[in-house]
Amino acid sequence: MPRHEVTLTVNGRTSTVSVEPRKLLVDVLREDLGLTGTHVGCEHGVCGTCTVLRDGESIRSCTTFAVQVDGAEIRTVEGLAKGAELHPLQDEFWDKQGLQCGYCTPGMLMRACEIIEGNPDVTHDQVREGIASNLCRCTGYQFITEAVCAAAARMKADSAETTGAQA
Amino acid sequence: MTTMDRPDAPPVRTHKENRKWVGQSIRRVEDPKFLRGRGGYIGDMTVPGMLHAAVLRSPHAHARITGIDAAEALAAPGVHAVITGAQAAQLCDPLPDFGPDPAKHTWRCLAVDKVRYVGEGVAVVVADSRYLAEDALALIDVEYEPLPAVVDPERALADGAPLVHDDLGSNCAYERTFDFGDVERDFAEADVIVTDRLRWHRSGGQPLETVGALADFDHATGELTVHTNSLSFTSYLFMVAGTMKIPANKLDIRPVPAGGSFGSKLFATKPAVIAGMCSREVGHPVQYLEDRVDNISNCDHHGSDRVYDVRLAMMRDGTIRGIDIDTVEDYGAYIQFGVGHHGNALAQVVGPYAMTSVRYRVRAAMTNKNQQGAYRGFGSEVNNWMLEQMVDKAARELDLDPVAIRRQNFIREFPHFIPTGNVYDSGDYDGVLDKALELSDYKHWRAEQAKAREEGRCIGIGLITAQERSVFSATEFWFWFDEPGAPVTSMPESVTLKVDATGGITATLYSCAFWGNSPETMVAQLVAEEFDCDPHDVAIVYQGSKNGLPATGPGGSRTTVMLAGAVEGATAKIKAKALRAAAHLLEADPDDMEWVDGGFQVKGVPEQRKSLADIAVMLHLFKHSFPEDMESGLEDSKVFDHPYTTMPSADRKDLGVFYPFMGHACHVPVVEVDLETGSVSFLAYAAVHDCGTLVNPRSLAGHIVGGTAQGIGTALYEEFVYDDDGQLLTSSYLDYLIPSAMEVPELKIGHHETPSPYTLHGIKGGGEGGRMMAPAAINVAVNDALAHLGARVTELPITPDRLRAAIRAAKSRESG
Repeated sequence: MPRHEVTLTVNGRTSTVSVEPRKLLVDVLREDLGLTGTHVGCEHGVCGTCTVLRDGESIRSCTTFAVQVDGAEIRTVEGLAKGAELHPLQDEFWDKQGLQCGYCTPGMLMRACEIIEGNPDVTHDQVREGIASNLCRCTGYQFITEAVCAAAARMKADSAETTGAQA
Repeated sequence: MTTMDRPDAPPVRTHKENRKWVGQSIRRVEDPKFLRGRGGYIGDMTVPGMLHAAVLRSPHAHARITGIDAAEALAAPGVHAVITGAQAAQLCDPLPDFGPDPAKHTWRCLAVDKVRYVGEGVAVVVADSRYLAEDALALIDVEYEPLPAVVDPERALADGAPLVHDDLGSNCAYERTFDFGDVERDFAEADVIVTDRLRWHRSGGQPLETVGALADFDHATGELTVHTNSLSFTSYLFMVAGTMKIPANKLDIRPVPAGGSFGSKLFATKPAVIAGMCSREVGHPVQYLEDRVDNISNCDHHGSDRVYDVRLAMMRDGTIRGIDIDTVEDYGAYIQFGVGHHGNALAQVVGPYAMTSVRYRVRAAMTNKNQQGAYRGFGSEVNNWMLEQMVDKAARELDLDPVAIRRQNFIREFPHFIPTGNVYDSGDYDGVLDKALELSDYKHWRAEQAKAREEGRCIGIGLITAQERSVFSATEFWFWFDEPGAPVTSMPESVTLKVDATGGITATLYSCAFWGNSPETMVAQLVAEEFDCDPHDVAIVYQGSKNGLPATGPGGSRTTVMLAGAVEGATAKIKAKALRAAAHLLEADPDDMEWVDGGFQVKGVPEQRKSLADIAVMLHLFKHSFPEDMESGLEDSKVFDHPYTTMPSADRKDLGVFYPFMGHACHVPVVEVDLETGSVSFLAYAAVHDCGTLVNPRSLAGHIVGGTAQGIGTALYEEFVYDDDGQLLTSSYLDYLIPSAMEVPELKIGHHETPSPYTLHGIKGGGEGGRMMAPAAINVAVNDALAHLGARVTELPITPDRLRAAIRAAKSRESG
């Protein structure tokens, strides 16, 4: 089968991989780039376990061919924490027990990231509706919703502080 | 009540006061790696030379395999091997099962001469990548001779039905009727007999991660190493060695975190066997990881699938006298766990109610469907649903208040032996009910319901009170038989604690990997409680089956109670040695010393003290400071066995104690039913659970909410639907509907704590959480919403079609 060169910038780092045109983005992330944080659940775009951000927007990496996103900026769960410091979303998921088995968590975190970055003033109801794109089999969503709301509030406060400090 | 001479209960314990860590909602110690995407699940593992396996599945529900041509597949790019079912039968023995008769019922990793359900594996391909393995599957040519399928469990039991297993001579794998207490008298003396026919269709755990294994057979040593996300290691998985035809001491099964199980990874042997067989054949490590279709159609763990005909013996004043249950269970194509699902039901068959007799008839039907396994509740949640529908119907027929009829029948004295012989150790059902009435704002919703009805809206309130048994004993798997093949009694769980030279503590767990519950957090909190350290400073490791201590693994909400017993036992041994060492170092009398805040000190003389770290460094490095008989190091283990099991009577009039730590809950969903569309939505949902002393209240709340979400799926959306020909119509998440955040309401959660008298700290299990109660509560709520129409839904899930059919049936009854 012919192979294509695909260049991806994943979590800020640019890589070029040679892949079959049928190879899915999730498999390229996991197998070619060693980023196994993005998981596969239903394998046809329903459950959202494989959610990553492409140029800031969430996509299902299990129904996306890598060749479709050549040149794109991709963000995955591995890009959230800064060294030892967890992203506010990760920290609030931990604090509120917004995870149990952890399998849907990377996709859920990336979707939550998109929601908050798109709307820093997101409401509880908007969070609940927003994460309905992603299935979680363990938590019943309640503590995930709480965690995302808490993270949004924290991120807003942090950003106000940063803005204030700059001014 | 039976009159069997009952062995004594274990001693009643005095529970520690002023607990520091048990009872705190600490952040779970497991979580950081999962939050960072470094969970290390089975699909994340790669090893040099690893190949991938994919399985070809039967498109027929029932057919003879008349030929398989794999030549083209074998010649395909990247393919290392193709193993057909017939070849696999040469390489491996049958899979372990608890079926009716090994001579007449054979279950293999791949079908040999006949397929018995859609999705049964017929051949496996091993290739360089999963892509190439799946390419090759398409090149295998299988010739089938279709046979008539049997899908309905009652039809399967009727004369002339196609036989799923010819050698069994019947599709009835098992039949038994038990009488407990004086059933005849209770029914003869009853004022009213309430009857109903109820149908619970099959759903399943469907964790977002499927089952998988990475196997590596070493031809040099004859040793097979399998990494897998299956559960239950040392107590069962040695049976895989039998299937693989290798000595058990040449098998090492190593745990890998499981991305959810909900029962469905319990003793999941097939992927391990397939990967192991392939690895031995090709001489490479082989990973076999189910895809979603593999898992939905062939996970070996579809949940309960029951038809009930039930009679409830009632007095006009609302007293429940007895229950007569006749159930047919659809086990699918192979019988894996025997009728253990009904053992679970018998543990709490009377719910929280003080009735005096039970008749229980079960018939296990074989059909052309995926075999039944475990799903959160293991069949006892189905009993909860059945019983609550009956109590609810009784309240309506006798014109009694649904809260009053329940309260009137509550058991109030403990320990209480139910008619089957199982014991309820403790409980406070009034306390839970009172809390639930308040938390749910029950009176408010009754008023809202009345108002809404005037506006033509259908609101329903579904108050139910039900049990959550915890900590099973193995007797429930064999008390069905008068002469059991193996009257197994051990259900151990083990923990090793090691105090290193710096005083740091490492706990080793044996039974399973992490699977979404919080075994590491539970152990860390329990160790911290014993040693006065920070739970986040306790290191946790998992040991594979090789060199593993006896351990059974999760199931029946047992883990926390069993781990607590093991931690307590290991701690006692370590502290005994540490005390002796401290006394020696301080030249004090051990009897004059006490454990205070992380060390031993002379009573009343705090300066005469050795911390655990002081003691540990001495014991690790300064052997000659101690008496001759003291060994270096500070490490010990406890194999903790089931704390309260008694044997069934020979006549099976009394099944003994087999599930003693009895949790309880009251759920109150408020629903609105749209009569036009048949849809059900939630206006409110309150749940109060009592599972004894809480270790981490927020974790338990997580099980309540998460279990309720699954229960909502069971009640309204989820079903593995097979058509009349046995085709699986719900083989993807487009058709098998798992509730999203929009279908699950915000829950109000209440905790009530009635400590068990028999366990450390009074802990009871609670892991099965809301799924024990939600299906019962939602069904009652829907029927409450429809009551004024004379309609009643008796079948789960309550799909719009079923709901509207119930309304139409009520209307036609009214007009007819």
